[in-house]
Amino acid sequence: MLLIRCPWCGPRDETEFRCGGEAHIQRPPDPDAISDAEWADYLFMRRNPKGPHRERWVHAQGCRRWFNVLRSTVSHEILAVYRMGEREPET
Amino acid sequence: MSGERLPEGGRIDRSRPLRFTFDRIPYQGFAGDTLASALVANGIAVVARSFKYHRPRGIMGAGAEDPCGLVQLGEHGDTEPNLRATQVELYDGLVAHSINRWPSLEYDLGTLNDRFAPLFAAGFYYKTFIRPKFLWDRVWEPIIRRMAGMGHAPTAPDPDIYDHRHLHCDVVVIGGGPAGLAAAYAAGRTGARVILADEQPEFGGRLLDMPETLGERPALERVAEVVAELASMEEVRLLLRTTALGYYDHNEVVLVERRGDHFPPQERRGKVRQRMWHVRAGEVILATGAHERPLVFADNDRPGVMLASAAAAYAWRYGVLPGRKLVVLTNNDSAYRAAVVLAEAGAEIGAIVDVRAGSDGYWAQEAQRRGIPMLGGRAVVGLHGLGRVEGVEVRGLDASGVNATGARHRIECECLAVSGGFNPAVHLFCQSQGRLRFDDAIAAFVPDRAAQRQFSVGAAAGRFALADALADGAAAGAAAARTAGFGDGSAPAMPGAERRSETPLRPIWLLPGERQVGDGKAKHFVDFQNDVTAADIALAAREGFRSVEHVKRYTTTGMGTDQGKTSNVNALALLSRAVGRTIAETGTTTFRPPYVPVAFGALAGAQRDGLVDPVRVTPINSWHVTNGAVFEDVGQWKRARHYLRPGEDMERAVRRECLAVRDAVGIFDASTLGKIELRGPDAAEFLDRVYTNGFKSLGIGRCRYGLMCREDGMVFDDGVTTRLGETHYYMTTTTGGAARVLDWLEEWLQTEWTTLKVYCTSVTEDWATVTLSGPKAAQVLEALKPSFPAEPSSFPFMSVRAGRVADFPARVFRVSYTGELSYEINVPARDGRALWEAAMQVGRGIGITPYGTEAMHVLRAEKGFIVVGQETDGSVTPLDLGLEGLVSKRKDFLGRRSLRRSGMLEPQRKQLVGLLPMDPDTVLPEGAQLVRELKPKPPMAMVGHVTSSYYGARIGRSFALALVRGGRARVGETLHAPLPSGTIEAQVVAPNFYDAEGKRRDG
Amino acid sequence: MKRYSIFALVRNAISRHRDWPPLWRHPDPKPRYSVVIVGGGAHGLATAYYLAKEHGITDVAVLEKGWLGGGNTGRNTTVIRSNYLWDESAAIYEHSLKLWEGLSADLNYNLMLSQRGVLSLAHTLHEVREGVRRANANRLNGIDAEWLTPEQVKAFCPVLNTSPDVRYPILGATLQRRGGIARHDAVAWGLARAADARGVDIIQNCEVTGIRREGGRAVGVETSRGYIAADKIAIVAAGHSSVLAGMAGVRLPIESHPLQALVSEPVKPVLNCVVMSSTVHVYVSQSDKGELVLGAGIDGFNSYAQRGSFHVIEGQMAALVELFPIFSRMRMMRSWGGIVDVCPDASPIIGKLPVEGLYLNGGWGTGGFKATPGSGWVFAYTIAKDEPHPLNAPFQLDRFTTGALIDEHGAAGVAH
Repeated sequence: MLLIRCPWCGPRDETEFRCGGEAHIQRPPDPDAISDAEWADYLFMRRNPKGPHRERWVHAQGCRRWFNVLRSTVSHEILAVYRMGEREPET
Repeated sequence: MSGERLPEGGRIDRSRPLRFTFDRIPYQGFAGDTLASALVANGIAVVARSFKYHRPRGIMGAGAEDPCGLVQLGEHGDTEPNLRATQVELYDGLVAHSINRWPSLEYDLGTLNDRFAPLFAAGFYYKTFIRPKFLWDRVWEPIIRRMAGMGHAPTAPDPDIYDHRHLHCDVVVIGGGPAGLAAAYAAGRTGARVILADEQPEFGGRLLDMPETLGERPALERVAEVVAELASMEEVRLLLRTTALGYYDHNEVVLVERRGDHFPPQERRGKVRQRMWHVRAGEVILATGAHERPLVFADNDRPGVMLASAAAAYAWRYGVLPGRKLVVLTNNDSAYRAAVVLAEAGAEIGAIVDVRAGSDGYWAQEAQRRGIPMLGGRAVVGLHGLGRVEGVEVRGLDASGVNATGARHRIECECLAVSGGFNPAVHLFCQSQGRLRFDDAIAAFVPDRAAQRQFSVGAAAGRFALADALADGAAAGAAAARTAGFGDGSAPAMPGAERRSETPLRPIWLLPGERQVGDGKAKHFVDFQNDVTAADIALAAREGFRSVEHVKRYTTTGMGTDQGKTSNVNALALLSRAVGRTIAETGTTTFRPPYVPVAFGALAGAQRDGLVDPVRVTPINSWHVTNGAVFEDVGQWKRARHYLRPGEDMERAVRRECLAVRDAVGIFDASTLGKIELRGPDAAEFLDRVYTNGFKSLGIGRCRYGLMCREDGMVFDDGVTTRLGETHYYMTTTTGGAARVLDWLEEWLQTEWTTLKVYCTSVTEDWATVTLSGPKAAQVLEALKPSFPAEPSSFPFMSVRAGRVADFPARVFRVSYTGELSYEINVPARDGRALWEAAMQVGRGIGITPYGTEAMHVLRAEKGFIVVGQETDGSVTPLDLGLEGLVSKRKDFLGRRSLRRSGMLEPQRKQLVGLLPMDPDTVLPEGAQLVRELKPKPPMAMVGHVTSSYYGARIGRSFALALVRGGRARVGETLHAPLPSGTIEAQVVAPNFYDAEGKRRDG
Repeated sequence: MKRYSIFALVRNAISRHRDWPPLWRHPDPKPRYSVVIVGGGAHGLATAYYLAKEHGITDVAVLEKGWLGGGNTGRNTTVIRSNYLWDESAAIYEHSLKLWEGLSADLNYNLMLSQRGVLSLAHTLHEVREGVRRANANRLNGIDAEWLTPEQVKAFCPVLNTSPDVRYPILGATLQRRGGIARHDAVAWGLARAADARGVDIIQNCEVTGIRREGGRAVGVETSRGYIAADKIAIVAAGHSSVLAGMAGVRLPIESHPLQALVSEPVKPVLNCVVMSSTVHVYVSQSDKGELVLGAGIDGFNSYAQRGSFHVIEGQMAALVELFPIFSRMRMMRSWGGIVDVCPDASPIIGKLPVEGLYLNGGWGTGGFKATPGSGWVFAYTIAKDEPHPLNAPFQLDRFTTGALIDEHGAAGVAH
C-alpha cells in the first residue's frame, strides 16, 4: 500500500485516496474548433509512461482535495507532490 | 527413524503433559512441544504422503522450511489442511490426521504412482491425454484432480474470528534471534518506536536450538535479560508468534500474529484467533535468519533423513532424539556442531560423512575430541531401509566430486542428518524489490542492493557467525533509530561471542551414487513436497527449458506449500549445471508473498458476516421493517421494494400499490436520493457546464430536470436541481450515483475550472424525503398543516416551498416521477419517521398506501421516464433516449463535443421505444433480446433488448421499454423476443403508456 | 516435431526420458524477417503459429525480452469463456473458445482445458437484469448460456453460500458450461513448440529497445541483440503496448495497471466450476493441482511493476469468505501481480497502427487469456492480408475517434 503525502493533510495510506490518472490534460478550450481525432486524443489517449508519471489523486476519504503526484510507475517511489495550479517539478 | 524422548533436557515443560491424536491414535507430548517434536518423540517416522508419488514423508526440518511434515488439523469447520507440523504448537486435545493417502497412511493406494513413476516424469500430462477430448474431459482430468491436492477443505464455516490493526513505528525488526534482539535493543534504548516480531513462541531464534554462550554465560540467560529490558521500554512493542508475510511499497510490512492457535479450540472461541498487523515503518531491519538446505542424493527423501540443524534442535530444544544412532552428511562445518550437540544429548554418531576432504575447524576438532568417526572425502551413495532409514552406504568421492570411488561400506543408523549449507531468508528483502547477488563462499544468494529503507543483518545477510549477527544487529538498530531522530547512531556494546574457525563449504549439488539420475531405480529429490527430482530438472533442461522460471513451472519445483525454501537453490544449481551456466547467471525465481501461507479468514479480518460492505438505511427504515417491507439492495442502501399484506404475493402487492397511487395517494421513502448543495456566485455557470440542458435561466424557487453526460457523451446521471437562492442550488442525483456525481463535480471544479467559485456539499443523509403521490396527495399535505399554500394552483409544478410541514422544518418540491400530482417533502433526517407516521395518520381515511421501489418503477415506466443504469448502460446518449429537448444547442457542456462524432450520428443506433406485448397478460422478461426475423434456431440478428418491463395495473396490460436499433422509425413494427420458454411478440410504440398529455401531474 | 502421445510417453519412459527433443530451438536472430512479433506471450506465439499455419508465412521471429509466457500469460487466473454482451465481443471470444476446444489436439500438447462451467453471480436486481440480458444475447448469438435461479446455483455449486441472510444474497447467475480454465504455461509452450516446428524463430532474452522508421514506414527493430529488419512489425506486448507504440511515435488509449492474483494451498477437489462475482468482487476456480486460483480488480494507479497493494488482496479475500464461508481456514500460498493494458471501453485493439508496417494487438485489460487463440488467429490474418478480418474489424484504433466503442463495462451503475 502506497504512502501518499497529501499536501493538505500529510502522509496517509493509499486507501484514503483515489487515483485520477494522468495529470495536466487540458480540456480543449473550444471543442468545436478541433477535429474528431483531436477530441479523441483529449478524451482517450494517454502517455502511460514507464518511469516518472505525473498523475492526480484525490484525498477522497480525507480533505477531498485534488492534487498532483509525480510517481515512478516502475518503483512506485513518489518523487514529488504538488498542489493543483503549482508548477510541476522537472524530471 | 525411531525417535524417542530423552529422559531430561529441552525447553519443554515435563510437568505439563498434553494428549493428542494422530490418525485417531492417542499420543502424549509436553507443553513446549511442536506437533513435529511430539510425533518424533513418539517414534512416528511417516507423517504424510508426497504430492505425486505418494512416497512416505517424515519430519525433515524444524521450522517454516520443512516441506514434508504436512498434516490436517482439527475437524469439520475447525479443520485446517496442510499445516506444517513443525509450526503447530502442541495443545491438549489436539487432533491431527495425515493427508494425501487412501485408505491409510500405511497402506496408500496412491503409492501405485511410485511404481509407475517412470511414466510420471515432469510434465508428463502435457504429452498425453490429448485425444480423444472426451476421455480427457470425463476420465483423465477427474482422476488427476482426485490424485492431486493435499489435505481437504473445511466442510463448515469457520468458527473463529480475526481482526486487523495498523501500526506506525520508527523501526520494525523482523526476527527475534540474536541479530534481531541486538537491533531492537540498540534502537529501543534510544526511545525510538520499535516493533520486534518473531514467529516463534519465545525470542532467541537459533539460540533456542543449540547451546551457546554469550560473555561466558548461557546465551538464553542473556536473551531473557534483553527481552525483559525491551519489555520495559515504553515505545517498544514485542510480538511473538508473529510472522512477517510480506514487505510492500513504502516500507509497509504485513504481519500475522497467531493469538489463539496454541489453545484448544474451545478455549479460543470468541477471541481473535489471528490478527493482521499492517506496519508502516521508517526503517525495516530484516533479521530473518537462514534455512538449511538438504543435499541431493539417491533416495534422499526417505523418512529418517533430516536436516542436521533440525536434528540438533529436536535434541537440545525439545529433548527428543530423532534416532539413537545417527549418521551426519555434510558439505560444511555447521553439521559438525549438530553432531556434537546430538552426541552430548546421548545419540551415537556413526560417522560424520563430509564431501570435503575434511575439516579442521573448531567444531570438527570438538567432534574429534568426542571420538566421533569422521569420514572426509566421502559421500552417502545409498540408503538402507524401506519406508525409513536403517543404514547408509558410504563411498569415496573423486576430486571432481562427480564420481564415487573406492569401496563401499555400510553404517547402521536410524537417522541421517544432512547439511548442504544455509540459504539466507531473503524473501522479504526480495519482496521489497531488493537485488540479490550469489555469494560463492556460502554458495547462496545474499542481499546486495536494497530498494527501500532497510537493513539485512546476521544470517539473513549471509553472515552466520554469532558475533557478526550481534554486531550487525546493534549497528543497524542504532543507525535506524538515528535516521528517525533518536540517539547518535552509536551501537551499544554486545556481549562477547566466540569466533570459531571454519573450513569453507564445498558445494556439490548432486552427490554421486550407486544409481544414476534418471535410471528409474532411485530418485534424487530436489523438491520433497512436489516430488521433483534431479532427473526432472535434467529433463526440463533437455527439453529446452532454460529459464529458471520455466523449469519451476514445468517441473513444479518450489511451488509447494513451502514455496521452495529448501529446494530452490538446489534446483537452480542443477539447472545451471545442465545448461552450462553459473548460478549467478541463472539467477533465482521471484520470491512472492506470503513468506508462509496465511488463512483467508485472517486476510478478510472482520470484513465478514455482513460486514463485507456497510449497510445504509433511511431514517424511516424501522417503519418499513415492521410493516411488511421486502427490501432490495441498491448500492449500499436497503430500499423497500414492496410491502406485503397478509396473503399477498409480490405481484398483487405491487398492483395494489400502483393502483393506490393512480387512484388515491401513495407514500414513498425517497430518502436515498443523492442530495448535493451547490453554493457560490458561479453555481449557475457550473451547472450549465455539467448538465446537458441550460440552468442559467432557472428562476429562484424553481426546479428543473437535468441530464449529465460523461465527456464521451454517454448518459451518466440525472436528477432534479432546484434554485433555492441567487447563488444557492440543490441537486438531486440517482441513489447509486450520489457519490459518483459529487466526485465528478468536485473533480471539475478543482482540476479544470479552478476559477469558478462554487462549492459542493453532500447532504444526502441530512434529509429524509417522503414523497406523496397521487390525485389525493394535496389532501394529505394539507392535512399536515403546511406553513404555505399547498394546492396545485398556488404551488406550481417544478417549484419548491420552504417552511414547515407537520410542524417540522421542511422543503417541499413539486416534482413527479409517477406522473401523478406529487410532493417530495424533505425534513431533517431525525424527523423523517415522525413525518412519515404523521402522513400515514392523516391519510388513513383516504387510502394512503406505502409503495416501494417496484411500484415506483412501474409507474415511472408507464410514463416513459428512464432509470439511469437500466435504460442506459454507459453506451447510451441523450439522443438515443429521445431527449433532444434536454440537449442544449446554445452552450457547451460536458460530453457535447462527443455527440457530434460520426459513430454517434448513426441512424441505426439503439433508441428508446415502448413495447406492447401482443398478449396483454404476458410480461416480457427484462433483459429479453429482440429480433426482427425469427429463425428456427440461433444465431439470430438482434436489434435491441428490453430494459424495463411490467404489468401496468391502471392501463390493465403489460408493457415495456426497450432500446431498439433505429427504434423510433420502427413504431408499429412487430418484434420477437425468443426466450428459452418460447417467443413473445410485441409491437413497437412510443415510450409513453399513460396520460401522454401530462394532465394528471396537477391532480 | 516429434509427436506426443501415450505411446511416446511409454516408449520414452523405457528409455528414461533421455530422447525427448527440445520443444523449440534457441536460434540467434537473423538480420531480417518478413514479420517480427514483439512479445513472446501466448498472444504473440499464437499469432506466429497462425501466420505459419493459416497463411504460410514462416519467415517470422517472435522476440521476447524475458522468457516465453513470462508476462500475463503466466500470471493470469486462466478463466476461459465467451459469454460477452455485445455481438462484436461475443463473436471474437466465441471464435476463440471454439479454437480452444480443438487446440490441444491441434498443437499436440495437452493444455489441460477444463470446461467446468463459469458461473457469474448476480447479487442485485440490476445484476439480474443485466445477467438475463447477457444470457439472452449469448443464446441468440449461438453461444451456450443459461440463467440459473438461486436454487439452481446451489445445486450446481454446492459450496457457495446461497443463504438469503448475507450482505448481498445471490439472486441468480449466468452459467456458460463450455467456459472453464486451462493450464496457462502450457498454452505458451504448446504454441511455441508448434510455431517452432513450422519454422518460426523464437528468440528469448531479446528486448526491443526501438522501432526504426524510414519514410513514415516501420522497417525494423533495435534490440538488445542487435538490429533486426522486418517488413512487418507486430506489437503483442500486453502491459507494455504504450511503451512499444511510443517507440514509433504512436499514442494509445491504454493505461497499464497492476492486476493481482493468488493461489491457495492445494486441497482435494472442492470447487467444481469457475465462480465470478462483480458485486462482491472476486473470481475463483480450482486448478488441476488443487489450488484455489483467485483474482479481483485492478489496482487504481498506473504501474509497470508487476505488483500491487496488499489491501486489494485483503478486499478480495473478504469477498471470497463472504461467498464461501468454508474457505476461511484455507490459506493463501502465493500471490503475484501482472501489468494489464486497460482500454477505456474494456475491449482490445487489434489492427494496424497509423505507421505503415506496424500492427498492434493489445488493450485486453484483465481478460486476454481467454482470447488467446482467437486473438492470434485474427491478428495473423490482419498481418498477412494487411487488413482486419471481419471479426476484429470493430476493434480498430479509430473507434476512439468515431465513438463506436464496444463498452464491456456493462451498465454504468445502479440508479433510483
